[in-house]
Amino acid sequence: METPQERPPEDSRPYGRRAFLGVTALGLTSLFWGKAAWNAFSGVARPLENALPSSIFPGWRIYTVASTMPTFDPATWRLRIEGLVDRPQTLTYDQLRSLPRAQQISDFHCVTGWSVDHVHWGGVRFSDLLAAAGPQSAGTVLQFVSAEYPYVDTLTLQQAELHDAMLAYEMDGKPLSREHGAPVRVVIPEMYGYKNVKWVERIVVTDHVDSGYWEQRGYDIDAFVGKSNGL
Amino acid sequence: MASNPTVSGSAQFTNQPRHIHRFSRTERTLHWVHAAAFFVLLGSGLVLYLPSLSGLVGRRPFVKDVHFDTGLAWMVAIALIVLLGDRRGLRTTVRELDAFDRDDRLWLRRLPRPQGRFNAGQKLNAALTASFAVLFAVSGVLLWYGERNNSFRFASTILLHDGLMYVSLVVLVGHLYLALIYPSTRHALRGITTGSVRTSWAREHHSKWVDERYPPPK
Repeated sequence: METPQERPPEDSRPYGRRAFLGVTALGLTSLFWGKAAWNAFSGVARPLENALPSSIFPGWRIYTVASTMPTFDPATWRLRIEGLVDRPQTLTYDQLRSLPRAQQISDFHCVTGWSVDHVHWGGVRFSDLLAAAGPQSAGTVLQFVSAEYPYVDTLTLQQAELHDAMLAYEMDGKPLSREHGAPVRVVIPEMYGYKNVKWVERIVVTDHVDSGYWEQRGYDIDAFVGKSNGL
Repeated sequence: MASNPTVSGSAQFTNQPRHIHRFSRTERTLHWVHAAAFFVLLGSGLVLYLPSLSGLVGRRPFVKDVHFDTGLAWMVAIALIVLLGDRRGLRTTVRELDAFDRDDRLWLRRLPRPQGRFNAGQKLNAALTASFAVLFAVSGVLLWYGERNNSFRFASTILLHDGLMYVSLVVLVGHLYLALIYPSTRHALRGITTGSVRTSWAREHHSKWVDERYPPPK
């Protein structure tokens, strides 16, 4: 029971609860309009965004699943290509770099909702990478094994041969940095980031799709941007 | 106030003690539990968010656990304090925070009007903090469950969680400035640590509240 003294004065207005409910409602509904509004706004705000140091607005987020990030040593690093191939390969970093070079500018989308636009990639198309090994006709799937144990994921050969999929060793004009998967990572802009395996050290050509790290945890195997994972 | 010409300054209020009780134990516990959780969540969140820090610290799965567990502990702790603390007092406080009288509205337009136990800016800060707590919790839980179940995944969840962090940082800087640096307001820190503040200071900043407790001589 409210005593008369506790009753707010005549001229009082409940701005406190209005502010609380207003901001809460704005925030909750933004789950449905936030990204669209942000995309519209960031077109306008891009000059501002570019002027800010990337340490404050990095765009990228670094996801890892192991307790340490793999370290790249050009002297000892090897990329193995094996499985259903005629000639298994072991490539050094220099041998990889001497393969036909491809480059592209593409957008990167994470399944959790963030994106980085206009990323400049340099690397090798999968058809050029696999040419020497010669996949057998039964080999229709590429399994990418990361040096970050136990991260692994797959692409069908058909997906890997999309025009803008590659094994990248350069990002934005520089050798791939450690947190982005040095020395090589998968880039497949049509699919969410978790299919873009970092720190690739082994490519196994197989005849069946095994669930990757996140797919074992409920993510879709085919991770096409905007058409998978409930998005 | 200075209706009696023979005395001056605070000496005229002979019926008031040197200190006045401003925040209950429940209120202070709420404040400090929230503050401590915020800093742990901010620190671990930034390690998950900023590539330079992610690279430096590594051990993402561990940092992620710290972030989740702290978030969970924070929600449970806040609920426990409300349940086991002085709920009657909290209800009164919420009513105080909700009500903006004419003086509050004028104060927000930067007119020097007398204020209650909370000034209008503190009332707005409380509303914003409460609503941010709800939004942080909801978007955090969605991020967590969305990792396992598509029906919890929204394209904008992470944008909301990050946006809240940026706005909170700005508000926090203002809050820390007023609580630790700005000379005329920083005495308030004593209130939220020990519970009481100097009556003379309170009369200057929250005169309606002090007048209510210790009516000035007519």
